[in-house]
Amino acid sequence: MKLKFTVAISAAFALLSLSGGTLAATLQDVKAKGFVQCGVSQGVPGFSNPDESGNWSGIDVDVCRAVAAAVFGDANKVKFSPLSAKERFTALQSGEIDILSRNTTWTLVRDTALGLNFAGVNYYDGQGFMVRKDLGIKDAKELAGASVCVNIGTTTELNMADFFRTNGMDYKPVVFEKADEVVAAYDSGRCDVYTTDQSALAAQRVKLKNPDAHMVLPNVISKEPLGPVVRHGDDQWLDIVKWSLYAQLEAEEYGVNSGNAKKLKDSKDPVIRRLLGAEGDLGSNLGLSSDWAYNIIRQVGNYAEVYDRHVGPNTPVGLPRGVNELWKNGGIQYAMPVR
Amino acid sequence: MWNDPHYRALFFQILVLGAVILAGVFLVNNTISNLERQGIASGFSFLDKTAGFSIGESLIEYSEEDTYGRTFMVGLLNTMLVAFIGCILATILGFIVGIARLSRNWMVSRIATVYIETLRNIPLLLQIFFWYFAVLRALPSPRESATFGESFFLNNRGLSYPRPLYEDGFSLVVWAFIAAIAAIVIIARWARKRQDATGQQFHTFYVGLGLIIGLPLLAAIVTGFPLSWEYPVLKGFNFQGGKVMSPEFVSLVLALSTYTASFIAEIVRAGIMAVSHGQTEAAFSLGLQRGPTLRLVIIPQALRVIIPPLTSQYLNLTKNSSLAAAIAYPDLVLVFAGTALMQTGQAVEILSMTMAIYLLLSLLISAFMNWYNKKMALVER
Repeated sequence: MKLKFTVAISAAFALLSLSGGTLAATLQDVKAKGFVQCGVSQGVPGFSNPDESGNWSGIDVDVCRAVAAAVFGDANKVKFSPLSAKERFTALQSGEIDILSRNTTWTLVRDTALGLNFAGVNYYDGQGFMVRKDLGIKDAKELAGASVCVNIGTTTELNMADFFRTNGMDYKPVVFEKADEVVAAYDSGRCDVYTTDQSALAAQRVKLKNPDAHMVLPNVISKEPLGPVVRHGDDQWLDIVKWSLYAQLEAEEYGVNSGNAKKLKDSKDPVIRRLLGAEGDLGSNLGLSSDWAYNIIRQVGNYAEVYDRHVGPNTPVGLPRGVNELWKNGGIQYAMPVR
Repeated sequence: MWNDPHYRALFFQILVLGAVILAGVFLVNNTISNLERQGIASGFSFLDKTAGFSIGESLIEYSEEDTYGRTFMVGLLNTMLVAFIGCILATILGFIVGIARLSRNWMVSRIATVYIETLRNIPLLLQIFFWYFAVLRALPSPRESATFGESFFLNNRGLSYPRPLYEDGFSLVVWAFIAAIAAIVIIARWARKRQDATGQQFHTFYVGLGLIIGLPLLAAIVTGFPLSWEYPVLKGFNFQGGKVMSPEFVSLVLALSTYTASFIAEIVRAGIMAVSHGQTEAAFSLGLQRGPTLRLVIIPQALRVIIPPLTSQYLNLTKNSSLAAAIAYPDLVLVFAGTALMQTGQAVEILSMTMAIYLLLSLLISAFMNWYNKKMALVER
């Protein structure tokens, strides 16, 4: 009987110490299991959304696909975990996912107290309000006394509180856990206002019963830089995610896309040659092969391709490029030099 | 000493206890060191920090400038409110349905059966969604509210009703009410004693009804009706003034109480059927009528069977109230283990606090019901 106890206790201890050791080298873990585990939303069109057969697409999804292309040379070696806003950080902290790419706003508290690192910004956004057109509201400052539907655990919830407080207006928050429930409640008339990031408002409007009866107010009340997140304390993995993002921006800046990347390996421009791995070996600095960026561009595309495919003006979401243009074209998307 | 079973048992118990404590200490240490290594904040100091978010409905004063500790209280009170009202409604409805199921009227007993079988076999979360989304969609917008006497307004923002404004002298009415209750208790005791001694009955119920209405009314007349009402008025988006019962609250209470009532009904039926039929026959042969037989003979005996399983239904209802998060009712889980958790990121502390408080609530309910059970138990001689 005593023996049984000893065995049970030592087994329990072994399990516990194991769970403590898996946090550091994400790259090795990812390589060992053969895929990147990517935390995404439960369905925001254009950002991360599953189709009928369960294939995920969107600009947040492509962040993970780019990392998979860089690590494995195959953008399809990704598995997705749909997470609610409430679950997302715990899933990353506990090691359940390798990257959180779920329209997540970069803030000081999240970067520090939550033990996370933001790898960059793949979409610059701002918080807005959606209302029914027949209310006749033209400005968010006319929203005093309104009921507002909002998603739990978001920066949105805090910004909204700040906005109404600053303007001395009353309001009634109605807080849901899932984005779908927020939309359903707003659509059924429980709230006068639906607030979230402007991009998500545009995306969710598509899901409403009568999208034309609703409008997004012009006010943008906050900065919402959205980007992929990794765990604190693994610099190599942070670098890989960060530079996968920069490689796509750099590719757009130098006119490299999925169509011409193969041909441009013979380009005379040393910047392009370095990016595509024809010259030097930048990949080894990241612990990757020399054609890491080439694989990203060939299989996922440059930033403009990704943007136009999922959220650009020709998609149902239909977001103009705006501040997400390259810095050269008057936007603020700027890649650090890939060299 | 080893061969003494008493000491040997003691030895093993100490061994196991030591192992459990060791494992506990290891778990806590492991968690703390892992949190530190990943740079995740820990400790309970966040309870004093400003929360910065607002909450839809609250029993106590609350604004964005209050602390996370305050949000905990707001959430806890909202949870307790739902649990309390839910338990009362579930008990009343459960007793009615349970007795109806035993009715000799074919129609009544079949309706009760259908009610029980339907509600207890559909997942509670679905019922909550049904009450929330199905009923909510059927309600009109604030501008097209259903009106009852220009003071009650029903729309998809909830039920707006007048708020009582207490003026000077209202405390006298309250005191009159308390006095009426005290008088009823004394009269009831006296009536019972007299009945025990002489067999004469006293109409405690009618006298009590008269007292509880009459005394406060008298006090109100004397002080000149020191009560006025603030009526809800449609202004801008919603009704301003008055009070609002939110659709979240109503649908949650409805779903919880109707669902739990179906279980309570079965418990009540089992309790009544556990009382031997001989008791009924004995009561009839003593000349008691149907009503008094049920009230004085059957129910008191049935209660002994009913109370213990009833306790677990109360516990279930209280714990099920955490499903509130699905329909945006700001209970403890939504406010504290939801928003506060997300904004501070301190999952370990917040979830332990939430679990501890649910445990405490459950233990309190158990303690109360155990006390009541003891009171109701058959006094054996």
